[in-house]
Amino acid sequence: MEALRIEQTDDSHQVILDPENNLFEITGKSLPEDVIDFYEPLLDWLNLYRKEPNPKTAFNIKLIYFNTASSKLIMDILLIFEELIEEGRDIVIRWHSHTSDEDMQEAGKEYEEMIDVPFEHLSYV
Amino acid sequence: MAVMSFSGESKGFINYIYDRYTNLSIKDITLVFEGQITHQVMKALTGLVEEQLDEVEDDKVLRRVYHVMVESLQNINRHAEAYEYRGHPYPGMGLVLVAKNNERFQVTTGNIIEHGHAGEISMFLGKLNNMDSDGLDDLYKKQMREGILSPKGGAGLGFIDIRRKTGNPLDYSFVKIDEETTFFIFTSTISR
Repeated sequence: MEALRIEQTDDSHQVILDPENNLFEITGKSLPEDVIDFYEPLLDWLNLYRKEPNPKTAFNIKLIYFNTASSKLIMDILLIFEELIEEGRDIVIRWHSHTSDEDMQEAGKEYEEMIDVPFEHLSYV
Repeated sequence: MAVMSFSGESKGFINYIYDRYTNLSIKDITLVFEGQITHQVMKALTGLVEEQLDEVEDDKVLRRVYHVMVESLQNINRHAEAYEYRGHPYPGMGLVLVAKNNERFQVTTGNIIEHGHAGEISMFLGKLNNMDSDGLDDLYKKQMREGILSPKGGAGLGFIDIRRKTGNPLDYSFVKIDEETTFFIFTSTISR
């Protein structure tokens, strides 16, 4: 399956979904003008990937900021991974947050409570 | 202090905010803006405040002020009613005031809404003010699971998230303009 790469902008995060290199990550800020428009290709790609996923998928979320509209779309991404788990796939969500960013750490824990997917919480300086 | 104004034509709204401001113990203004709140303007204003507070303000406080500004300004961007002044339409017009004292930051926004929506907004904000932090977390999660994104891109989460992240009561008031329109003033408080 072809990789999906979207460059980072001042209001939207970078996307790398690359099965060949087994690299799956979103990095940066998320407050795009039109959240649906921005997240749609990402969700479409993941729904296709779901049909033939890698043996193990680690999805890295390295966000420094997301607004509430984005939080709903991030939930939609996580729900696709929840379905993959239900289909017997090996999935882990790696939630990266800055050591000083309690709100981001808290957001990761909250998502973990809401969905049935294993989380690893990682912090960076 | 950064003051920017789109035009001097609608001084009336600045006065509503100014009256409230003079009654506050907060006099140190970080930002005042009146004009059309487009997505680009929202980014410019939040960027300006971020730049001013970077290095001098605690990271956690800065992040919260930034988040409250993003959510409040996006609310205006999505929901402010267009009104006409001297025959010119002003879609998405709004006002923002960011001020601080030793204890707190206050982010105040003002915008035109349909008079008919005032009751609904007032009830919702009143309900949020009466909830404790567990209740707010539950409501946020429920809304994230069950809420539907509006065509304007709102998730119905902004007010809930401001209330729970700041931990402080939301301050709000409505100034009736005419039978159809009301000026909605909304203040969030971020403790330092």
